[in-house]
Amino acid sequence: MKFDAKTAKRWSKMGIRAVYGKIVSTLAKENENVLLMSADLGRSSGLASFYSNYPERFVNVGIAEQNMIGVAAGLSRCEYNVFASTFAPFATMRAAEQVRMNMGYMKEPVKLIGLGSGLSMAFLGNSHFGLEDVSVMRAIPGLTILSPADGFELALMIEKLSDYDQPCYVRLTGAPNYPVVFEERFDFQIGKSTWVRPKAKVNILSTGTTSGHALSAIDLLANEGTTLGLLHLSTLKPIDEAALIELVKDSEILFVCEEHTKIGGLYSIIAELIVKYSLFTTKIINRSLPDEYLETGDYEYLLNLYGLDAHGIKSLVMEHLS
Amino acid sequence: MSVNYTELSSKIRKQMIQSAFDCGHPAHIGGALSIVDILTVLYESVLKHDYTNPMWPERDIFILSKGHTVLAHLAVLHMYRFIDDETLATFQTNGSKLIAHPIKNLDIGIESSNGSLGQGISYASGMALGFKMRNRANRVFTVLGDGECNEGSVWEAAQFAAENKLNNLTAIIDVNGMRNDGETAYHGTKQLADMWRSFGWKVIAIDGHDYDQILGALKDSSETSSCPVAVVAKTTKGKGFTFMEGNNDWHHNRITELTYQKCIAELEVTSEV
Repeated sequence: MKFDAKTAKRWSKMGIRAVYGKIVSTLAKENENVLLMSADLGRSSGLASFYSNYPERFVNVGIAEQNMIGVAAGLSRCEYNVFASTFAPFATMRAAEQVRMNMGYMKEPVKLIGLGSGLSMAFLGNSHFGLEDVSVMRAIPGLTILSPADGFELALMIEKLSDYDQPCYVRLTGAPNYPVVFEERFDFQIGKSTWVRPKAKVNILSTGTTSGHALSAIDLLANEGTTLGLLHLSTLKPIDEAALIELVKDSEILFVCEEHTKIGGLYSIIAELIVKYSLFTTKIINRSLPDEYLETGDYEYLLNLYGLDAHGIKSLVMEHLS
Repeated sequence: MSVNYTELSSKIRKQMIQSAFDCGHPAHIGGALSIVDILTVLYESVLKHDYTNPMWPERDIFILSKGHTVLAHLAVLHMYRFIDDETLATFQTNGSKLIAHPIKNLDIGIESSNGSLGQGISYASGMALGFKMRNRANRVFTVLGDGECNEGSVWEAAQFAAENKLNNLTAIIDVNGMRNDGETAYHGTKQLADMWRSFGWKVIAIDGHDYDQILGALKDSSETSSCPVAVVAKTTKGKGFTFMEGNNDWHHNRITELTYQKCIAELEVTSEV
């Protein structure tokens, strides 16, 4: 697998779900202990070619997310590393109690992939949006929660998850033509954040594909002579406390951007940290999704409407810097 | 040499009453008593297990999907030496791992955590599929209640197990006819037998207190089927103690000194017959 700018661009065109299917299929072909599962969303997971060619390595439970989690846990008892994918709300809320019992309480190391999270389901609307998934999953003890910025980071995550013995929820936001953040291989570690732009007096903290939009906003602002740092947090649990404490302490203003309700996601993570360590001197501005069900439209329209594209984030920064 | 199941199950019932009495707290007694005869035959004559090596790779798996009736399973695990006297004596005491619902603990033969109904059968199905994919001969048994069959997720698993031809999976449905608030709406075994059959399972309807029928069903299911097997067992909630039988006050209740003496007296009469 080549990690270069050209590949990064090609993968962006494919979209994050297709990248997931491509990478995890390769892993399953190479490692016979890896099993792929879905609840009738194999095609949406980019796995159509895999399940046609390796039907015995793909377990499709049909439209039954609760059963998918229980079966995945049982399969993991037979030394299988199971990657189970379905749309984010169905994975994390329809089957929340199964996640709690099987992956939380029993610690079965299932890798649960929430597809199409955030606003990326566009015209499919609120029933399919991943608005609250981090909040719900974060409350379950022992779960690792990951949200990659782009395809390369997802590939590096899956590489790590190939021998990771803990239960994990991977939140996939973004659509085809997602913004590229990483153009080369880097030392991805579960639990570590990444400075995408060096720390400055004013910084942005973001997660998932929002980091790409934040990066574009920072580049636009740089053209106008304003320098911002960008810390990308792809592990939402357990959090990289040391880096976040340093980030808050060293920022005059910190912008927190996420494609998630303001309740229980990245904004809550940072608020909890600030209270825990009494770091009250930094001005924190969040750009999260409101605590309500949202408008529907294409992804670009929605990111623009809720201020989570490059221009929205840039405007937010300018509003508070002036 | 034939096995004296009556004697075995009587000992298990006695231990259950002892443990429930000793802890001083309410315990799920009625629904635990209804599965004693089934578990006795399963552990004595069908399930492959080895207390000296609880994680023996060739063992069969037992999942108590109706997890609140763990009192019966603990007494069985005690009889088959997975759990020692000292550990069992911690039942429902502060800080114990032996509580009102199973907590996965492979060292003492508890294969999964349960308590939220309708989930154990999915986990059991996953293990059964895993064994088949690994070409392993292990069998998986799970016990569900008829009340538990209200849970929609049971039927997600039922479809899945049939579609995947999990003939190494046996689900025993303990039809004691009652749930927490009173009678279940199934009115006996016929409707449930029809439901499991219509989902593609081989159904064997039995009297869940008749040892020969239990043994026949559990053996039969291991040898002749190409699909998962549902043993639909008609049972009596509170079985073994006349004043508890069919009396839902004993769904979850405390064994007082007086009740304890009544139970022991009934067991003595039974063993004299």
